[in-house]
Amino acid sequence: MSKVEAQKTDVISDAGLSGRSIRLRARRSRHFRGLLWLPALSFLALFFFYPLARILGLSLEIPALSDAQALRVMARALTFTLYQATLSTLLTLALGLPAAFLFARFTFKGKAFLRTLTAIPFMLPTVVVASGFNAWLGPRGWLNMLLMAIFRLSAPPITLVGTLGAILAAHVFYNTTIVIRVVGNALSLLNPRLEQAARTLGANRQQVFWQLTLPLLRPYLLAAGLLVFLFDFTSFGVILILGGPQFATLEVEIYLQAMHYFNLPLAAWLSLVQLLCTLIFSALYSHLIRRTLVAAAPRPVETTSPRSWRARLFTILMACLLFAFYLLPLASLPLRSLTRLEAERGQRGEVQYGLTTRYYTELFFNRRGSVFYIPPVQALGNSLGYAALTVILSLALGIPAALALTRPGRLEYLLDPLLMLPLGASAVTLGLGFILAFNAPPFSSEFSLLTSPLLVPLAHTIIALPFVVRSLQPALASIPVSLRQAAATLGASPVRVWREVDWPIIRRATLSAGVFAFTVSMGEFGAASLVARPEYPTLPLAIYRFLSQPGGLNYGQAMAMSTILMLVTGLGILLIEKLRLPGTTEF
Amino acid sequence: MLEVRDIHKSYEGQVLLNGISFAVQAGETVCLLGASGSGKSTLLRIIAGLEEAESGQVLWDGADISFVPTHARNFGLVFQDYALFPHYTVAENIAFGLRMQKLPRAEIRSRVEELLATVNLVGFGPRRVSELSGGEQQRVALARALAPQPRLLMFDEPLGALDRTLKDNLLEELRRILHTRHIPAIYVTHDQEEAFAIADRVLLLHAGQIEQEGTPAEVYARPVSVWAARFLGAGNILDAKVVRKKAKGWEMQTVLGNVEVTCGHTHREGDRVNLMVSRRGVRLEPSGNLRGVVTDVLFQQNGYKVNLEDGSFFYLEKAPQIGQEIYLHLPPSGVQCLA
Repeated sequence: MSKVEAQKTDVISDAGLSGRSIRLRARRSRHFRGLLWLPALSFLALFFFYPLARILGLSLEIPALSDAQALRVMARALTFTLYQATLSTLLTLALGLPAAFLFARFTFKGKAFLRTLTAIPFMLPTVVVASGFNAWLGPRGWLNMLLMAIFRLSAPPITLVGTLGAILAAHVFYNTTIVIRVVGNALSLLNPRLEQAARTLGANRQQVFWQLTLPLLRPYLLAAGLLVFLFDFTSFGVILILGGPQFATLEVEIYLQAMHYFNLPLAAWLSLVQLLCTLIFSALYSHLIRRTLVAAAPRPVETTSPRSWRARLFTILMACLLFAFYLLPLASLPLRSLTRLEAERGQRGEVQYGLTTRYYTELFFNRRGSVFYIPPVQALGNSLGYAALTVILSLALGIPAALALTRPGRLEYLLDPLLMLPLGASAVTLGLGFILAFNAPPFSSEFSLLTSPLLVPLAHTIIALPFVVRSLQPALASIPVSLRQAAATLGASPVRVWREVDWPIIRRATLSAGVFAFTVSMGEFGAASLVARPEYPTLPLAIYRFLSQPGGLNYGQAMAMSTILMLVTGLGILLIEKLRLPGTTEF
Repeated sequence: MLEVRDIHKSYEGQVLLNGISFAVQAGETVCLLGASGSGKSTLLRIIAGLEEAESGQVLWDGADISFVPTHARNFGLVFQDYALFPHYTVAENIAFGLRMQKLPRAEIRSRVEELLATVNLVGFGPRRVSELSGGEQQRVALARALAPQPRLLMFDEPLGALDRTLKDNLLEELRRILHTRHIPAIYVTHDQEEAFAIADRVLLLHAGQIEQEGTPAEVYARPVSVWAARFLGAGNILDAKVVRKKAKGWEMQTVLGNVEVTCGHTHREGDRVNLMVSRRGVRLEPSGNLRGVVTDVLFQQNGYKVNLEDGSFFYLEKAPQIGQEIYLHLPPSGVQCLA
């Protein structure tokens, strides 16, 4: 019996209840607590571990390693994945380190705005970022359209979309904020006295950097680099949409093998390789984090406005570069969705250029009259429905699990890493697992989950659940036990204690977690691309479809849908920021 | 040796240092004593070259070193939070300055051993600094600062975070080390006991200026201003009115009765002045010239601290009753005019 319960029991016995009923009650509350994590764990078992086990089972059944062709595919995918992830990470560090230095050391006008701007893409769905880059640098994007108009060219002069460059640019766009956060925080917390001490001991500027700053920052540099690498390694949407299927990373190859060639065993093998790599990198990362030295100053270093001309030049150049790099794709997208820049397919005669809302109004119509064609607004409806279900499911599972984790017993200590495991599996792997698991008995015959649209919110719940638990847990843990005890001594029953103490305090965190689950579900692309039924596409899937079809109208509608998605996600991010409890850390 | 000339510095629009000048002689330990926020740490950092003064000069043996970068000054500085390098061991921390001087490895090793012995940390070399207690970290910081054989050693509230007993032990050790090595030192603190224990000369810093300077005994016995007397807690400060001139001084009226004061000032009858009345060397005597009502009596090591109605207090050998009216004899040397 925990200390808390012991004290609660004392209270009850003081109130004059018989010993027997107290024991009974204590036992019952222990059982009740034991059951709190059960829903989440059963859900994980059925919708995460079982699908993973199916992947494992299939790969064991069919030894792909004996097939030379399959081996070649795997080796190529792995090599390319490592290659692009390494390149992306290096480029991200190249932009992120000076940016981290900029934010950690200098004050300048618009700093807060620039910091937010660099952080936004990290939360944006991949399709939105891909559309943003497309609207800015794609063949129908602003820059190409502008250049074609000025120089009267017949073809777009800049080819970025469909090249490795686009993938790298988008990865840098996504992950620079990690470097800014991790290294920037370390830099601004680095005790300035250490540097001063080194200088009084005779170290010059270079010596201070090599002997002190660099060794102290090294773990943070490595951690940031590894985290960026991990994200680049598992990137899927960006590569598929901006690069195209010819850039087959492990993720894309899993998708292609599963959805286009129906080679499920090979997909399973690829998933296994992917899972193994992710595990290794994650283990390395957490090892690093644990060893990280804390050389933190009692308070952050004060930033100053740049004084020397060198510092001033650096600040101006760096701020402008970041500004352009982040603002242009993000601004291009909504503007492009409202502007007609080219003739529509099959249109003759005078083309009307300029502002238009047509791309939005068209979203409501099924122009082709085909039964298989879905008007985009329906995809939006699907996504909203899936997101709502995801919120309900992940909160219903997450709140009890978080409660169980706040006062951990032996079991709960085991539970925590289990709950966090889905973070390590990629969405595509999850999708593949769903296909394998629910296309086979006992799910395939009378109760066919695979053909049900429910699969999408189930997958999204698996993805959102770790975040929901992680954001609820600190809020619950922030409630001092004495508050609950005080409420109990004042005569509140456990249920009343929950209603009067716990709930009002974690209401904000719950709302924030719900919004988070909602945004994750709205923008999720990888799992949905494998498990969504063709007749019930999500919004990101519809965007991908429209983006890959010819014609200005399709392109415009993709832009319009991306803009809607960007707005919804943006609102979500804003809400989460507003709801964040002071002092709690980010995900 | 070191000379500081007319240093001015302001911080966020507030004048912090307003024309500071002083010198440190060979082998001398000078203590900058002042309340927190009096700019004493800033002054130290200006001498170290970590901050720039708005005007004024720092000189060494007569040469202006104001523009010499910190690392070329060879002034040691012991920080309040020690600023030990967390990624190095104890020995590596001490060796840092020696490595900067590019000494041969064998010499570095022997010097480190010698320094570890000096600060009583033999065998601590391979330890991580995070494993050390506050006092041990302090010693490492001292050894590290001593290692490159600095021309001047500076201490920025080095014992601020330690408890009293540890402080006293370390102070004695520090005195020994400074005297045997004959290193000039500047020691910054807000704790007068610390200052008096270590300093050959004390500089009182107040309102951006040096209020008073002298040996600890001089400064404590003869504070030059009301502020100095209050800050040092050197005696009771009493409001007084000049009554009349006497043969050797002045008769002055205070709330505790009339006293005779000898001073070099010229007063006029009816002038208001501040007197400092010593708290020790006073005894209970029915014919005493001071009179007051006891509000509290506290037992202390060598007698009693007796509080009077007006807020002043005295150390007496015998305890009077609370509420009792007492008469005290104050010798003529026990009162000073602070003007």
